[in-house]
Amino acid sequence: MDINPILILAALMVASTPILLAAIGELVVERAGVLNLGVEGMMIVGAVCGFIAGHNSGSMFMGFTGAALAGAAVSLIFAVLTQYLLTNQVATGLGLTMFGLGLSSLIGQSAVGTTDLSLPKLPIPLLSDIPFIGPILFQHDAIVYLSIGIVAGVWYFLSRTRAGLILRAVGENHGAAHALGYHVRLVRVGAIVFGGACAGLAGAYISLVRVPQWIDGITAGAGWIALAIVVFASWKPWRLIAGAYLFGGVTVLQLNLQADGTLALLDLIIIVVAALTIGYAIYRAIKTARFDVRDNIVPLSIIGIAALYALLRLLGMETIPVEYLSMLPYLATIAVLVGLRSGGAAASLGKTFHPSS
Amino acid sequence: MKRRTLLASGAAAAMAAVTGLPARAQEKTKVGFIYVGPINDGGWTQHHHHSAMEMVEHFGDAIEFMYQESVPEGPDAERAITQMARSGADIIFTTSFGFMDPTINVAANFPNTVFEHATGYKQADNVSVYSARFYEGRAIQGTLAGRVTQTNKIGYIASVPIPEVIRGINASYLHAKKVNPDVEFKIIWIFEWLNPAKEADAAKALIEQGCDVVLQHTDSTAPHQAAKEAGGVYTFGQAADMAEYGPMPRISSIIDNWAPYYIDRVQAVIDGTWTSTNTWDGIGTGMVGIGEVSDVVPAEYKAEAEAMRDAIATGDYHPFTGPITKQDGTVWLAEGEVANDGDLAGMFFYVEGIEGDIPS
Repeated sequence: MDINPILILAALMVASTPILLAAIGELVVERAGVLNLGVEGMMIVGAVCGFIAGHNSGSMFMGFTGAALAGAAVSLIFAVLTQYLLTNQVATGLGLTMFGLGLSSLIGQSAVGTTDLSLPKLPIPLLSDIPFIGPILFQHDAIVYLSIGIVAGVWYFLSRTRAGLILRAVGENHGAAHALGYHVRLVRVGAIVFGGACAGLAGAYISLVRVPQWIDGITAGAGWIALAIVVFASWKPWRLIAGAYLFGGVTVLQLNLQADGTLALLDLIIIVVAALTIGYAIYRAIKTARFDVRDNIVPLSIIGIAALYALLRLLGMETIPVEYLSMLPYLATIAVLVGLRSGGAAASLGKTFHPSS
Repeated sequence: MKRRTLLASGAAAAMAAVTGLPARAQEKTKVGFIYVGPINDGGWTQHHHHSAMEMVEHFGDAIEFMYQESVPEGPDAERAITQMARSGADIIFTTSFGFMDPTINVAANFPNTVFEHATGYKQADNVSVYSARFYEGRAIQGTLAGRVTQTNKIGYIASVPIPEVIRGINASYLHAKKVNPDVEFKIIWIFEWLNPAKEADAAKALIEQGCDVVLQHTDSTAPHQAAKEAGGVYTFGQAADMAEYGPMPRISSIIDNWAPYYIDRVQAVIDGTWTSTNTWDGIGTGMVGIGEVSDVVPAEYKAEAEAMRDAIATGDYHPFTGPITKQDGTVWLAEGEVANDGDLAGMFFYVEGIEGDIPS
């Protein structure tokens, strides 16, 4: 096998960062009870504005700042429409995506091209020297760390602070929160703008770091994946990391498997995943002192798939057709969506609120 | 377009439909283009547009030009082409393989409009097809790739599994193998013509697996950027010269030059001499241009590539000259035999030595 697992795992984190950033913003928005389907639109406006700001100023910092501001500005349109003019959130969000795609194309007409900017890697001292783990986790650029930092910050904010509690209260029951004297609309506008800024950063990471250039439609649907991953994570920040890295990982993996042409890497992954799953199932069974098949559907199906794969390999399967490899990221997302119970949506999610009601 | 003109052209179209007479005689010839990507993709669509603009410049006020960019392949293309035909276009160029069936379908409804479909094979009385022999350029790229590679691993970012792409893979592989028997090709299919993020990821995956040459049949410059960042990796411009990435990583390119063809065909419509044709030109007529081989390539290899270019241009050398064996071991071309155009147009097999299967 020509693949180096360390490089793949490091590439996975880079490929997942835009989705993670966009998703963590949307998670906060949805916890506040607002469904903003305009993530893709905000992302791509962030991508083009970040590219222009970065390219013209010659500074990555200005690029990402510009992107966050642009994303926030676009989200403000959504905030005013849905919170003050009480438009339907689903329709407005979809409209925002279309608007963003068109606007970015317009803004970007004269900005086409590439940039010489590059974001330096920031290896973390000491940690980055740890064998295996170091190169995977601790030799990235600032935005990769920032994305994880934002997830940690959001987790802390939502679960450990009073302001986070208010935000969740607004999302669960805006009527009650209003009766208690909280500013429902203000909280929601704040959440929407935060979501927009995160989406803007996500877009700029694509146009300034991952590709890095500006082309129409460069986000290519990443915003929609981010929306799906929020549901996948059951609106919990830490699970979001797992979801984003799973999707990013499978994307990177399928490209590598195609290039490698052998299944050695997939064998390795299946063995590791199957071993972890069996370990987890046994741990749960011991802890709860019983084994219920209904509670273990996900682990059992993972083990089943691993067994099927092992059987096919023993029967002499040497390659997997490219078509199936290309389906992998989407299959994995669907499988996980189906497998996990998607409870936990804010009770007022998507509902229109007016103080007089 | 002003509303008045729109109404006028609508009326003219209605008149033409009723009387069955072409209404274009007294009006400016309207030329339309349907593009698969944005006109600034840096590659395929940009070069079609660039060539179209040269054509517009050539005719000046004698024609009216319109285009629609980023039209997805598939059913929606039919709507876009119909809309353009209804707005009175006399000749419509549809510039992607996936527009083939939509073009044929729409053409059946607009017998007074003529259509030009790029890279397809379905013709009709009012539908011509045209394409370029990109495989000629691929042979040169393969030769250079085989010469410059140190790791003997060459990456290939393939787009959509159609004969044109497979010809490119085979032509470059055969010629890389010829100058360097140890080369190995790693092929990644991304199933899209343009997706910069995916192209960048694919290029990174290839580079991480040891490829020091990355060939691409996708439209953006993202792979070049990835190669530039990695350092020590060679790439080739696709559809456009992509000279901004020279002299490293880009060491040469295939440049699509459609302008002479476009001028020719629009002139034929103006003159009323247009007939349905099947054009497949290569380096010889200039439809396929080979970008300057940059100086990081040793002089002898550069000369070798240029000699091959000239031999192909004069017709002395055909990139698919036997003996060539298919991947499954059956003989395709005997010693000295030259592939015929029919076989090339429908090519759907790898040649011997390439690993993996073509996605169907």
